[in-house]
Amino acid sequence: MIWLKLEPQWAFRKIELQPFRNLAVNSAPLLNAVTTGDSLELRPTGSWTVVNANLLENLFNAVTPQLASAKRLRVDLAGVREIDTLGAWLLEKISRGAEQAGRPVVVTGVDERHAELIEDVRKVNRGKRRVQPRPNAALALLERTGRSAFGAVGEAAILLQMLGAVSWALFGVLRRPRSLRLTSLVYQTWRFGWQAIPIVVLITFLIGAIIAQQGIFHFRRFGAESYVVDMVGILVLREIGVLIVAIMVAGRSGSACTAELGSMKMREEIDALSTMGLDPVEVLILPRIVALVIALPILAFLGSMAALYGGGLIAWLYGGMSPAIFIARLHEAVSVTHFEVGMIKAPFMALVIGIIACSEGLKVKGSAESLGRQTTTSVVKSIFLVIVLDGLFAVFFASIGM
Amino acid sequence: MDAPTDQYAIRVSDLVVGFGRRVVIDHLSLDVRRGEILGLVGASGGGKSVLMRTIIGLIPKMGGRIEVMGWDADAAGGLNGHFGAPKWGILFQQGALFSSLTARQNVQFPLRENLSLSQSLMDEIADAKLEMVGLTAEDGDKLPYELSGGMVKRVALARALALDPAIVFLDEPTSGLDPIAAGDFDVLIKTLQKTLGLTVFMVTHDLASLKTVCDRVAALADGKIVAIGSMDDLLHSEHPWVKAYFHGKRSLMLQKKPD
Repeated sequence: MIWLKLEPQWAFRKIELQPFRNLAVNSAPLLNAVTTGDSLELRPTGSWTVVNANLLENLFNAVTPQLASAKRLRVDLAGVREIDTLGAWLLEKISRGAEQAGRPVVVTGVDERHAELIEDVRKVNRGKRRVQPRPNAALALLERTGRSAFGAVGEAAILLQMLGAVSWALFGVLRRPRSLRLTSLVYQTWRFGWQAIPIVVLITFLIGAIIAQQGIFHFRRFGAESYVVDMVGILVLREIGVLIVAIMVAGRSGSACTAELGSMKMREEIDALSTMGLDPVEVLILPRIVALVIALPILAFLGSMAALYGGGLIAWLYGGMSPAIFIARLHEAVSVTHFEVGMIKAPFMALVIGIIACSEGLKVKGSAESLGRQTTTSVVKSIFLVIVLDGLFAVFFASIGM
Repeated sequence: MDAPTDQYAIRVSDLVVGFGRRVVIDHLSLDVRRGEILGLVGASGGGKSVLMRTIIGLIPKMGGRIEVMGWDADAAGGLNGHFGAPKWGILFQQGALFSSLTARQNVQFPLRENLSLSQSLMDEIADAKLEMVGLTAEDGDKLPYELSGGMVKRVALARALALDPAIVFLDEPTSGLDPIAAGDFDVLIKTLQKTLGLTVFMVTHDLASLKTVCDRVAALADGKIVAIGSMDDLLHSEHPWVKAYFHGKRSLMLQKKPD
């Protein structure tokens, strides 16, 4: 007869857990294993509850090798003071393993307080768990590549679809001007335009100042300081002004659009709208996109002016060029064409930002994580496309000689 | 640490809770016995959820005393300091499942955070809990938004029971379920309460659950418990609000005895 006593007091306990039920009676669980000939008798004692989860798992692991060598198994539960689902499951796992190996198992000494739970646990986890096969790494990579390639086509299709839906809604509004959501449009324009003015003006002012300062610093070496005015004027009016403002609007207002529409989608508000016979594109999306198309050129104009102002201020304070000379030189350096080139781009950029923001918003699924992911995607994608669009416009204007 | 032995799971005495100047719970006293299912009824916006949240410690109280299993909530460290995590399980009204985790991961979450068990054992425990609340292992792979309302409630119950707590708080467990699903859920609560020896504190409006599963029913009106006792006691209560609640048109329809 071999006695084996397992006392895993060395077991690691993450935190001290003291559920009420066990305050008075919690005692360390033990598992006595007695081998008589070819039969094994297990005598669990103490509290087989979740408080002692780590001890219990260690006991279970320690006794597992012995189970393999035993021909018969007896489990005597008379010493168990308390048991919960975890403890019952571990004991059930021991006897189930033996049963499945074709060895007889006898369970005795079940307290009537515990009988129902033990009986319940006996029934669980009987079904076979589907184990998903791990795919081959190379195949998985190919699959991901293929999926993202097809995904890109799908994304382009979604953007075109959204553009079509917005155009159709716009057409409807032009046909029946009364169906325009004027309140919403004014509100969104106020949010995307008016409220964005301070930050847009501040940042473009700083950027204009930085460009002027760098220009003066480097041009001074070959005495070409006065050309700073040309650089600031052309750069700001043609490119930087509208581009910086578009990027800021994508980050500020595009993300807001995506998050709003996404959470409306999550809370089924968009479905509610459609069931009331209203077109979500007309009610929610069109006002936002039109508001962006109105707001962005105005912001781009204000931003360009602020950048020129910043450049002029630095030229005066740092480069010693009086404002009168700055304005006179600016007058010579830039033409209305430069200004037009910048301004023409603004509404198209707004359209791109709006369409991406709204279609990403509608892609949100039920989880909070998906809302965050779609908002990020919206900002990243619209900044990327705004820059691509700017490049395309540069090629276009160069070829028509503007 | 000597544990006070007490026949009450929760004792609330002279509790006052308010927001700003508005007093929601006004010198309320309530005892919940060990191993019973207590149903709490009250008008919408009448402070039922506030009472539950105050007991759990989510809302600070302005006065009074809360004892859980004989431990004072005001004692050093509060209840959390005394008991660690598995003191109670809570089923929130909307389920409050973590939306980025699958059902199984949701059930495993309390296990993972409080114990250091092997992943395979945690999987088995989570599957066992899911099965005990009437779901399958396949449902465990689903994300919360893929589950129906009834399944969300079941997963939330499985998560509340993950650590085999002594007390379970249920906030309107059957709201939003069809009568069959609600009936199943009632039976489930009763069965689990019997097998696991739970004390259940249930906020509900469902007259059928009050009748079938609750050992006692408490009625909350004007910030106080105006009646407490078995369903029959409440039916005979003279308090005007309780009368209106249990003898309204809807209630009478349910209470009609079959001929």
